[in-house]
Amino acid sequence: MKGWIYFALFLVAAAFAIFLIGGQGALAAVLKYAKWIGIIVIVCAIVSWLFRELLRRVMPEVIAKPMRQAPLTAAFGLLIILIYVAVSLGAPLFAPYGEAEIFKNINVLPGGNPELGGNPDHLLGTDQIGRDILSRLIYGARNTVGIAFLTTLLSFFIGITLGFLAATLGGWIDQVFSRAVDALMAIPQLIFALLLMTIASEWSYRSGISLTWFMIIIIAVLDSTRVFRLSRAVGLNIVVMDYIEAAKIRGETLSYLVFKEILPNAFSPLLAEFGLRFCFVFLTIASLSFLGIGIQPPLADWGTMVRDLSQFINFAAYDPLTAALPLMAAGAIALLTVAVNFVVDWMLHNTSGLKE
Amino acid sequence: MSEPLVKIRGLKIEGRADEEWIQIVNGIDLDLHRGKVLGLIGESGAGKSTVGLAAMGFTRDGCRISAGTIEFDGIDLRSVSRAQRRALLGKRIAYVAQSAAASFNPAHKIIDQHTEAPTYHNVMSKKDSEADAIDLYNRLRLPNPDEIGFRYPHQVSGGQLQRAMTAMAMSCRPDLIIFDEPTTALDVTTQIEVLASIRDIVEQFNTAAIYITHDLAVVAQMADEIKVLLKGDEVEQADTRTMLSNPREDYTKSLWAVRSFTRPQKPVADRNSTPVVSVANITAAYGKSVDVLHGVSFDIHAGRTVAVVGESGSGKSTVARVITGLLPPREGHIEFDGKPLAPSYKQRTKDELRQAQMIYQMADTALNPRVRIKDIIGRPVEFYGGLKGEARDKRVAELLNQIELEPSMYMDRLPGELSGGQKQRVGIARALAAEPKFIICDEVTSALDQLVAEGILRLLAQLQDDLDLAYMFITHDLATVRAIADEVVVMKEGRVVESGPKDEMFKPPHHPYTDLLLSSVPEMDPDWLTRLLDERGVDNLGDAASARIDT
Repeated sequence: MKGWIYFALFLVAAAFAIFLIGGQGALAAVLKYAKWIGIIVIVCAIVSWLFRELLRRVMPEVIAKPMRQAPLTAAFGLLIILIYVAVSLGAPLFAPYGEAEIFKNINVLPGGNPELGGNPDHLLGTDQIGRDILSRLIYGARNTVGIAFLTTLLSFFIGITLGFLAATLGGWIDQVFSRAVDALMAIPQLIFALLLMTIASEWSYRSGISLTWFMIIIIAVLDSTRVFRLSRAVGLNIVVMDYIEAAKIRGETLSYLVFKEILPNAFSPLLAEFGLRFCFVFLTIASLSFLGIGIQPPLADWGTMVRDLSQFINFAAYDPLTAALPLMAAGAIALLTVAVNFVVDWMLHNTSGLKE
Repeated sequence: MSEPLVKIRGLKIEGRADEEWIQIVNGIDLDLHRGKVLGLIGESGAGKSTVGLAAMGFTRDGCRISAGTIEFDGIDLRSVSRAQRRALLGKRIAYVAQSAAASFNPAHKIIDQHTEAPTYHNVMSKKDSEADAIDLYNRLRLPNPDEIGFRYPHQVSGGQLQRAMTAMAMSCRPDLIIFDEPTTALDVTTQIEVLASIRDIVEQFNTAAIYITHDLAVVAQMADEIKVLLKGDEVEQADTRTMLSNPREDYTKSLWAVRSFTRPQKPVADRNSTPVVSVANITAAYGKSVDVLHGVSFDIHAGRTVAVVGESGSGKSTVARVITGLLPPREGHIEFDGKPLAPSYKQRTKDELRQAQMIYQMADTALNPRVRIKDIIGRPVEFYGGLKGEARDKRVAELLNQIELEPSMYMDRLPGELSGGQKQRVGIARALAAEPKFIICDEVTSALDQLVAEGILRLLAQLQDDLDLAYMFITHDLATVRAIADEVVVMKEGRVVESGPKDEMFKPPHHPYTDLLLSSVPEMDPDWLTRLLDERGVDNLGDAASARIDT
């Protein structure tokens, strides 16, 4: 309750400060946007509430039970993630055109109003070489999210396996893995990824294998260092337990120890980490694409779209809708990141056993 | 009669679980006069620590006092401000926790932590307080009292640390000290020293004390009056002698009766028969450091229980690790049924591993918390016996029946949904599932309440008779040894000092160390400690004991 009062006081103070600096006009402009933000927040809250109620009532007990204690933010996060998944799976159904389809009208403005240079066939307009932006946004979900998910899975597979092996076996194996990981982590990740991608583009050219596969492997390996660290630390706490000792002297194999005894106990922290790492991988891919060496055309991808459309932001003073185009792809990235984090926060809260 | 120092009326305390407040103390009254010691006893979950802390006006996180009054010397501890209460705590009310090792700050010297309270409350200057600390260390019979305070907590032993903590509680000469299980984590020999010094110092300064413990024999030595608690309710209260000789309530009688479970010793096994397990001249070390076991040898015969006793650090658990193959010995060898056993478990055959099973002290860490009971017990059934599906579940149900748990109720539970005693039973079932000849029981009852522990001991005895199992029973509790052992092996500093059939071991003459161990076990007689101290006739028991052993 106290928090809300401080928040309200802060809003009043901020409004007063804007009034002092920019005068009445600035305050009115800010308030106009604030009104929209308020409406969006309230609509999101209502939608998430409805979604949560739906889950609570319709779903089987396994899903309904945790939802009874879930906060609205978690429901919101889940809803957004579900929408993304649906859009990326059903991209060909939702998208009005193909992702690489080129039309003769280039640089059609968004809005669909012919008098303002729009075209009702292309609601969000077309880009420099005449591809439908709405279709590319939808296909972009499939490529960016799908590739990020695949990369994160791969990085977790590498990180968890090696991390648990290091924790269980200890000794020189642990030393070798840990020092190798230290060496990899010592190099700034994005720079290192850039370097490796440059080398890989040559390999890709020679071997004919798509550069995207190289990117998945490179980012997965670089990111698995963090997963290794976490799973080794979590694993070390588990391998000293008596039930591991009991399994060892029962004569169980190493793979049984790792996957049946250790993994179930490390599941919650790793799942939470999965959410976080997914966001980072996603951002790394978008960054690489923005720099031009990530996901390659003609595949649609949000990072590339931000770069391609970035000059439109110069029109902000004249046509906010056009200027918002690069922001749509960026916003799609931001929204998913926020949604995943909401869900992760909720899961962390549950697994850490923290109660009010 | 004068007004009591502590006066608690109708105390109710609630704890928060699953978003709900549940009452854990249901209206307790308590009076404590100056210079008196009140013993609070009960099983775990009886609320004895909660009541003890409430006497300081304090509750643990997640608990709240919902009703009742707590008066300390006429001050209502429930209504005073935090600042007023802070002025009392440490100065007039002090607290001694169960684990001194966990309660001292490892980064500061003992004496610096000792002087903190007197200087904070402006009772003494730091210099005077240091001198006083050394005086207290003297009175508590700590070795090297002039110097010991200037060490860090990890540089002194557990028993010494516990006494240093008692000295610290005394630093402001409080009117009331709460002792929360101060000797539970200590060995019997160390426990005596701490008990004797606590009792003396409480008498010397005429301090009132609340002594919380689950060990009846201990409370009999310490307390003037005893209050028995059960699930947040008072069962009865009486002065110590009355309570011991003539308990009124059935629950109290059942507590007293626990120690009566004993099993007659079985006839000594034929010397010519092949023992199930034979350990010969084992010398072992962790890593490349000094040896922790020196030429340990003993035999365990089928259907017999060999109890391995000793203080912590005597190497009794290390012997278990050597037998299971977790720690390959440096010298010596192990035979199983007359056949030599490979030093490391990795080189043993599946059948050799199956024959020797282990039950652990802490059932909490011995059962995987994410695996259901039927899979915990079912795994060895499947792994060794090759049973799958329904055949496996049927065998698991049989095993659950054997450990007296109803299969339909417990098959699908997780370990977290069981009580401590039930978890230990599942641990036993997991060992039985392998159909072994030999089971190592590593302190299996020491983490359990007495009534529950008794149930486990009875179950183990029953299973031994039914299945002709050989047990190696590691324990530091001689009451348990009396109850279940056929033969006893006494260990000290990695050596076997004495071994033989139980009946002989409990009769004199003993090896001096066995004697020390035996005589240190508290008895249910309020005069036991006084008499023992008179008999030993020395100030520093520890030094005297070790002097006697060395000669």
